[in-house]
Amino acid sequence: MRGSTSRRQLLLAWLGLRLLRRLRRRPRGAAPPQPRRAEPPEALERETPSTARAERLAAALLLAGALAAAGFVVLYVVRPDTQLLGLCLGGALVLCGIAAAFAGKRVVPQETASEPYEELADARQVDDVNAIVREAGEGVSRRGLLAGAAGLAGATVAAAAIVPVASLGPAVGDRIAATPWRRGRRLVDRDGGAIRPEDVSEGSLVLAFPEGADRDTLDAPVMLLRFPPEQLEMSAARRAAAPGGVVAYSRICTHAACAVSMYRHPLHPPTAPRDALVCPCHFSTFDPRRAGAVLFGPAGRPLPQLPLQIGADGELVAAGGFFGRVGPSYAGEREGPA
Amino acid sequence: MSGRSPRSLPGRLASALAGRTPLLPRRLRVGLAFGCALVAAALALGALASRPPAVGAQDGDVAGGAPATTSGGAPATAAQRAEGRRLFLAGCASCHGEDARGIADVAPSLRGVGAASADFYLRTGRMPLEDPQDEPRRKESFYDRRQIAALVAYVGSFGGPPIPQVDPAAGSLSQGFRLFAENCAGCHQIVGRGGITTGAWIPGLQEASPLDVAEAVEIGPYVMPVFGDRLTDRQVDSLARYVRWTRQPDDAGGWGIGHIGPVPEGMVAWLLAGTALLLTIRLIGERTTR
Repeated sequence: MRGSTSRRQLLLAWLGLRLLRRLRRRPRGAAPPQPRRAEPPEALERETPSTARAERLAAALLLAGALAAAGFVVLYVVRPDTQLLGLCLGGALVLCGIAAAFAGKRVVPQETASEPYEELADARQVDDVNAIVREAGEGVSRRGLLAGAAGLAGATVAAAAIVPVASLGPAVGDRIAATPWRRGRRLVDRDGGAIRPEDVSEGSLVLAFPEGADRDTLDAPVMLLRFPPEQLEMSAARRAAAPGGVVAYSRICTHAACAVSMYRHPLHPPTAPRDALVCPCHFSTFDPRRAGAVLFGPAGRPLPQLPLQIGADGELVAAGGFFGRVGPSYAGEREGPA
Repeated sequence: MSGRSPRSLPGRLASALAGRTPLLPRRLRVGLAFGCALVAAALALGALASRPPAVGAQDGDVAGGAPATTSGGAPATAAQRAEGRRLFLAGCASCHGEDARGIADVAPSLRGVGAASADFYLRTGRMPLEDPQDEPRRKESFYDRRQIAALVAYVGSFGGPPIPQVDPAAGSLSQGFRLFAENCAGCHQIVGRGGITTGAWIPGLQEASPLDVAEAVEIGPYVMPVFGDRLTDRQVDSLARYVRWTRQPDDAGGWGIGHIGPVPEGMVAWLLAGTALLLTIRLIGERTTR
């Protein structure tokens, strides 16, 4: 691993050097190559295209970029809508890029020099480079405006890149682990009606939601399945959470948070694959008889099971929160089958 | 940049209109032509991919609906059951047992599966299987319509759900879409093109008749879950109507790309984005003399 990294770094450095050399000796026109001398480089062809209009336009582009980046910062705090945030940050980068390309073509002097490449880090050449840098501003009248606009654009883009840090660390709190499921919360169908154990028949999948809670959050939807209780291969606590053989699992895949929407139920088990809940995104396959254990696929941990009990009116209610955390896994998070 | 052509756009336009200079520099023209060729190639590819799949019968409903009326509508006669028994012994008993009670680990008992199950498996060619371990797939039916009616009458004589009545015209397309999205699209894909799950193929529904849909929902063939007790007849009508609609869905976006989801759509987006990038590179790049 380390060997390949350093080789990759070497390769990158080599590519960078190649690029630098290409840029430095890019010829233009039919001028013959000139031998290098100690004097500052001689421009064979030099024009200073800068006009007040071009400068104003470049500045305007930079300011527009700055405005878009500032918009990102403001939106992030006030109304974090991902579409608008993306539009702002993308717009800022695109505008700054256009401004840089435009300034390179129409504002700074265009000069062509041809010279053989020599070793870098020669004291005289350092002077030459400094001279080139000094001369780059030649013919540009509104340097202050351009530099200010570029500085503002840079600062706002940097701010837009840094601001999301505010959402990390303590700001996360227990939001990842919290779910609407509490002991005694009733399971309801899409129309809000209570679900009784006998509504869940073997071989069918029933979708359920927490009564009176937001149904659009990752931790809300659960799938109800029924098996003969003696077929459930799980711990006593888990089995107790499946009254009459009715088990509930989170709808959300523990790999990348897709909806686990495929239920494989064999009509004739000896000649067909066994019961499984399958995620259509990357085919993570979970065993509903064995506490949601992973049978196949990229998921690293079982599908969280929701403990159930029978309510006062014979309807299904939650007996507590999920076994395990609902939602996608991050940073290699894994736990064995429960 | 060469100093010959006027820089400003109006100047360039005027010059181009007067026929003195081309509107766009050569570099850009070449780039545009290349881009157009790429887009044309992408469109041609997409057109190939989005050709509607060949549907066996012009109208599968008629083909699928007819046996329903013969075997479901008219009561099965004793002669039919006897004929069915004869065919069963010849073609099915080697796996399902001589009296249809099944053989352990080979094939299930057919007592109580009903006419719905027999009709579905025989009419869609899923049974008989060459090897009981094979996955049943839709193919040309082994038996003709009369033989199927006889076999269905025989298997149906053991009891179980009869062949369902389905009338897509009585269903609602929007309700069918909603039900399909909630219950079926996870496996069959939202416009019924099918796919795979782990360990099994998921059939596309382009050839499925409304009766096929009603029967499959009722019995849950192979690894499909059972929906029979959760859907009303009216809802099944709606589902059948939606499935029929998916054979030639309205392509609101203008281009179906085979209706097989986001992967080909992404490919097209990459092609278009790549073309745009190439154009940009041509526009801002410069040719070096060496």
